[in-house]
Amino acid sequence: MRKVYTHIEQIVGPVVSLHAEGIAYGELARIRLKDGNTTYATVIKLQGDLVTLQVFAGSKGISTGDEVEFLGRQVQLGFSAENLLGRTFNGVGEPIDGRPALQQTTDIDIGGPSFNPARRIIPSELITTGIPMIDMFNTLVKSQKLPIFSVAGEPYNELLARIALQARADVIVLGGMGLKYDDYLFFKNELVPSKERTILFVHTAADPVVECMMVPDMALAAAEQYATDGKDVLVLLTDMTAYADAMKEVAVAMEQIPANRGYPGDLYSQLAARYEKAVDIEGSGSITLLAVTTMPGDDVTHPVPDNTGYITEGQFYLKGGVIDPFGSLSRLKQLVNKKTREDHAPVMNAMIRLYDASRKVRQQQSMGFSISAFDKAVLSYGDEFETRMMDLKVNLPLEAQLDLGWEILANHFTPAQTTLPTKLTDEYWPASA
Amino acid sequence: MSDKQGKVLGVSGNMVSVNFTGDVRMNEVAYIVLSGDDGEAIRLKAEVIRIRGRECDMQVFEDTRGIRVGTPVEFTDELLAIELGPGLLTMTYDGLGNPLDALANKCGFFLQRGVYLPTLDRERVWAWTPVARIGQRLKAGDALGTVPESMYTHRVMVPFGIVGAVEVLDVAPPGEMTVAQTVAKVKLVETGEIRELNMVMPWAVKRPINAYAERLLPETPLTTRIRIVDAFFPVAEGGTACVPGPFGSGKTVFQQGVSKFAEADVVIVAACGERAGEVVETLREFPELIDPRTGKSLMERTIIICNTSSMPVAAREASVYTAVTLAEYYRQMGLRALLLADSTSRWAQALREMSGRLEEIPGEEAFPAYLSSLIAAFYERAGLVRLEDPNLGTTKGSVTTIGTVSPAGGNFEEPVTQSTLAVVGCFLGLTYARSYAKRFPAISPIDSWSKYIERMRPSLEKIYYPGWVDTVKRLGGYYAAGQRVGDQMKVVGEEDLSLSDFVHYLGAEFIDAVFLQQNAFNPIDASPEAARTSLSLQLTARIVDHDFGFTSKVEARDTFTELTANFRDWNITATDAPEYQQLLDRMEARLGGAAQA
Repeated sequence: MRKVYTHIEQIVGPVVSLHAEGIAYGELARIRLKDGNTTYATVIKLQGDLVTLQVFAGSKGISTGDEVEFLGRQVQLGFSAENLLGRTFNGVGEPIDGRPALQQTTDIDIGGPSFNPARRIIPSELITTGIPMIDMFNTLVKSQKLPIFSVAGEPYNELLARIALQARADVIVLGGMGLKYDDYLFFKNELVPSKERTILFVHTAADPVVECMMVPDMALAAAEQYATDGKDVLVLLTDMTAYADAMKEVAVAMEQIPANRGYPGDLYSQLAARYEKAVDIEGSGSITLLAVTTMPGDDVTHPVPDNTGYITEGQFYLKGGVIDPFGSLSRLKQLVNKKTREDHAPVMNAMIRLYDASRKVRQQQSMGFSISAFDKAVLSYGDEFETRMMDLKVNLPLEAQLDLGWEILANHFTPAQTTLPTKLTDEYWPASA
Repeated sequence: MSDKQGKVLGVSGNMVSVNFTGDVRMNEVAYIVLSGDDGEAIRLKAEVIRIRGRECDMQVFEDTRGIRVGTPVEFTDELLAIELGPGLLTMTYDGLGNPLDALANKCGFFLQRGVYLPTLDRERVWAWTPVARIGQRLKAGDALGTVPESMYTHRVMVPFGIVGAVEVLDVAPPGEMTVAQTVAKVKLVETGEIRELNMVMPWAVKRPINAYAERLLPETPLTTRIRIVDAFFPVAEGGTACVPGPFGSGKTVFQQGVSKFAEADVVIVAACGERAGEVVETLREFPELIDPRTGKSLMERTIIICNTSSMPVAAREASVYTAVTLAEYYRQMGLRALLLADSTSRWAQALREMSGRLEEIPGEEAFPAYLSSLIAAFYERAGLVRLEDPNLGTTKGSVTTIGTVSPAGGNFEEPVTQSTLAVVGCFLGLTYARSYAKRFPAISPIDSWSKYIERMRPSLEKIYYPGWVDTVKRLGGYYAAGQRVGDQMKVVGEEDLSLSDFVHYLGAEFIDAVFLQQNAFNPIDASPEAARTSLSLQLTARIVDHDFGFTSKVEARDTFTELTANFRDWNITATDAPEYQQLLDRMEARLGGAAQA
């Protein structure tokens, strides 16, 4: 018989404390509320016999006299490779799609140990999406972890959904944190074509904050099971800023000393522990991770995007409805660009350099300066680049994207003006130019 | 077994409070003993970081889940140490010195907690040659004998911790030995204590190794083969450099380039709280890459300390100390060790996390007040030293430390960058502006500095050519002035700029495009030799100095565009390719003269 504790000492935010003995750090507890409801909680601090718990459902309605029972295990996910697909769960791993609970599951720990770096392999396969600003300019690579930095109003969930539909993967795990209910419904509808390979873990904005913190761990624990079983898994998380805010809320309730703008000092480590789950397992599957991080006030120096940028292998900036070519970066693109076509990297760099020039000229022009003939060429190039390359609706195979790049360059410049190696311009410069 | 006992009182994150009996040392290593599911004990390594009365706080180097109030704690009486000895080169360790390959062989893909393996391979056999003679008096750091390791002569030394002289009572004859076999017997002269020594020397990582004769002023450069660094902001051998940069500014690529091409004997890469993927590139590539100076694979001179971001944070704090200890150890052998610490900000964050758990009064941005003194002490472990060995004679050894900093928000005003800049000799500031414009390496030519350049003038001019430093300074000034013209042009427009100013601006852009920028992904451009860099600089200077007699801005722009294209082509052309000379000739023709290679 497990001991039942009936006196809660303190309730602050989603954090409660009580006196109990022999409790393990991280242990799961069940709280039976007076109104008949049940919620779960985990141990987040031990001090003598004072045990501090974070309550999944939040502390609303919890009474100092509610029954607390410790379960002698950590938080786990009931996993079943077949039965998980096509289902929707909340942050605690309970089905919320109105269908019955899972049968024949194995309980797996969440937040498991780190992958041994010595057993990692160099990522080598690209994942094409048909979007030039990704495939050509910032190629997505299997096992990569990339955030999508975005301001609140941008169509980041639409972009995520599109990548989910077009990218090649065996299993797609979507973790929604702080989702508006509309967005939840959007994903539910949008991902129908790939329902058979999709699992949703959803925390909506109205759900308790601690559940939000569980979503990435649940999603990644499931992904890890599939990956070790030989599946290529694409994990999509949105929105990591909501996740970080949830951590902040709990840290403040625990009276931790905040580091930057109220976020806990271990924000970097916590984010890294999740992002580093992305992996390509030799002789088995892989986890690729795309995570939306909204930037409050379009400020990339905000602690959440800032820490994220240091962890991830690049970032996509979603600005004005397009993926911005300057800030965006796929750190792994070099690993696959040499395998695509020899002109891939040089053309990409030249196009970006010239597009940068066009933005500068546009600035000068808007200030009323007269501009040179070369500047005019740069300007018209910039316009064509924007309409034909940057539009997210463009959907082309990679080779066609590269050819389009040469075509656009040739429409405005001589080969020498591009400063591309002569060897390449000789071979790829469109004949019609 | 030590007489002290402890029991866990509280757990918060990776900090555990323990009630103890007996005497506990600050920074002592202890194990928290959990009973695992299968009844087998899991021992979690921890370090004492605060003692108050009968209670001490420990940082645990592992996930703390499952620890209970009352869980027993075993103390070891030892400080946090790493084993030094032959067999470190080519290895990859975690922050505590556990060999990651061996861990993977034992545990599989994932790191399991509580599994610790010896740093040095106990099976491997070494060809031992004695150096010390029986009856000889030696001091700490003097060689007892040597074994060949990679392409170096590895000195097996009198332990650095020994105080006063020792008398050699016995030394093993030449032969095949494992590290654990006794190689010498010595008597401590002061105490008369007799010790048997083998090749394993444990050393507390937080204590600097100073078994050398004296520290010297760094006067020669550590060539990195990154042009902007070697020419404009050279790093001294035995010096220190700080490379701060926002994410996406090319810190990683820069660091990897240095680890490949820097002219050091031993390179220690400390991946401290960074992405595991970056380490993997090094891990997989280095064994394949041949170091042209030695003809051996790059891995032969490399040690990787890999405590990446998802590995336990307390071990991350230890990892930079582990790394610098290894660098100091190889310095004791008369070698040039280069330590690349990437990133010191993650180390500082680990300190901050722990400080927060200890509920210390926070300093700026919640970093602990002692942050700057710890950073200073860390960089002070670099240096050029003179070694005096009674049998092996006088040699020099060095530790050069290049630390990257990941400033929050790319803002260099933050505490870690500022504390670091106060103590280093060289500042290579990576900027958003340059990386946005894809000008790599994105080291700011305006804001960066090196305190070593004047002091190294004689050795620099020996490596490159007489007058090198003056050319560099002149071009640096010319570039800065040209950038100011560029800024002016942004305000007044190109039309209102005088022709000579415009040509100055083009000249500055030219220096940037052909000399300061370097393609790290092109096999030729990634690592030019000194002779080629000399030629690059001379040619750049001559082009910039040349009076082309332009009559219009269009003509000037076209000329520089063409020269830039030629020069950039030349930068990626191998010296033995026919185009090499052709491109030079073409540029010379523009200068109106015959080719002079």
